[in-house]
Amino acid sequence: MSVKTLVIDGKDVSGNDNQTVMEVARENGIRIPALCHLDGLTPVGACRMCVIEVKGLNKLLPACVTRIEEGMEVSTNSDRLQRYRRTILELLFSERNHICSVCVSNGHCDLQGLAARHGVTHVSVPYRYPSCPVDATHSRFILDHNRCILCTRCVRVCDEVEGAHTWDVMGRGIEARVITDLNQQWGTSGSCTSCSKCVHVCPTGALSEKGKSVAEMAKHREFLPYLKQMREDHR
Amino acid sequence: MSANLKTKPALPSADKRWKIVDATMRRHGYRSDSLIEVLHTVQEAFGYLDEVAMKFVAGSLRIPPSKVYGVASFYQFFTLRPPGRRTCVVCMGTACYIKGAANLLAAVAEHYNVKPGETTADGELSLITARCFGSCGLAPAAVIDGNVAGKLNVADMLERIKEGAQNDAA
Repeated sequence: MSVKTLVIDGKDVSGNDNQTVMEVARENGIRIPALCHLDGLTPVGACRMCVIEVKGLNKLLPACVTRIEEGMEVSTNSDRLQRYRRTILELLFSERNHICSVCVSNGHCDLQGLAARHGVTHVSVPYRYPSCPVDATHSRFILDHNRCILCTRCVRVCDEVEGAHTWDVMGRGIEARVITDLNQQWGTSGSCTSCSKCVHVCPTGALSEKGKSVAEMAKHREFLPYLKQMREDHR
Repeated sequence: MSANLKTKPALPSADKRWKIVDATMRRHGYRSDSLIEVLHTVQEAFGYLDEVAMKFVAGSLRIPPSKVYGVASFYQFFTLRPPGRRTCVVCMGTACYIKGAANLLAAVAEHYNVKPGETTADGELSLITARCFGSCGLAPAAVIDGNVAGKLNVADMLERIKEGAQNDAA
């Protein structure tokens, strides 16, 4: 393991060579927005909110899966990046039926928070208004496809942390959906342990606890770095 | 790990086709990365993948059921419902698309009252779309009951499907 030095947004920083730009930036108080990334889960680079510019490279790189290099000059917040991020958010809003005012996660939602921070005041692409069902068959939780952004945090936490792998993604493109077991009702899933990890890592109101009304579904994610630490200590 | 987890599930029924599926899995040493090959065998043997088959494969290869379903629903090749007695696969690749494949598809869909990717209510015809046959010189192309037909127009297409039905009846 060796130490590498780089520049992020004009600030000289350093990190181990197995660290990603996202990790080093966060350690140094530089906030790179992300939706699919969550500390404690394997990064997948799916949402593209964390794209960064690297000097000398024409293309944008996702910070969550880009390892640091010696002498890298990274820009995380240029006008171009801001514009792209706004577009990504607009596309996410247009893809399903995200209606914050009646959502259980109103005020506690990563998507809503990022939209507010990036000044998304309207959506300039046509809404698709897909017909998405709500699965309330589980005794304690609800799955609302209307709010899902397919970040796969639930899939990863269920597989990597809980070890049940109840969740996965079916289909492709616009028809992709998160599913439990053989695309069956969540309440009938034989592998689900009802641990609620998926509910709490979900960035939006797609997964929520029953009995929560509008704006009441606050998510608690403290358990994830803690669980990860405990496992590493015991290894 | 309990002994229970190590035992393989029993064949779902006495149907001999399950033995073919099991033979494929054995050939691959029941490795979880043989999932796609095994699903190919199931599809060839049964014509489609149903819940029983996916559960059996998931249990035998020790893969989570949701992952099996994810793979089965991702690839166009796999179908989750029984196919119709006859099939019409319309190529929607770029060359075919430019040459009017969308019109062909719409015409068949309207004539037989079936949505692309589905089978008519009487189980007669499955209308399927494909990404690209690699026969772009034949654009627009379709595969009707396993026979490739190229440079089609709407009238040709409907005629060929009808011919196939008559041949079947004869």
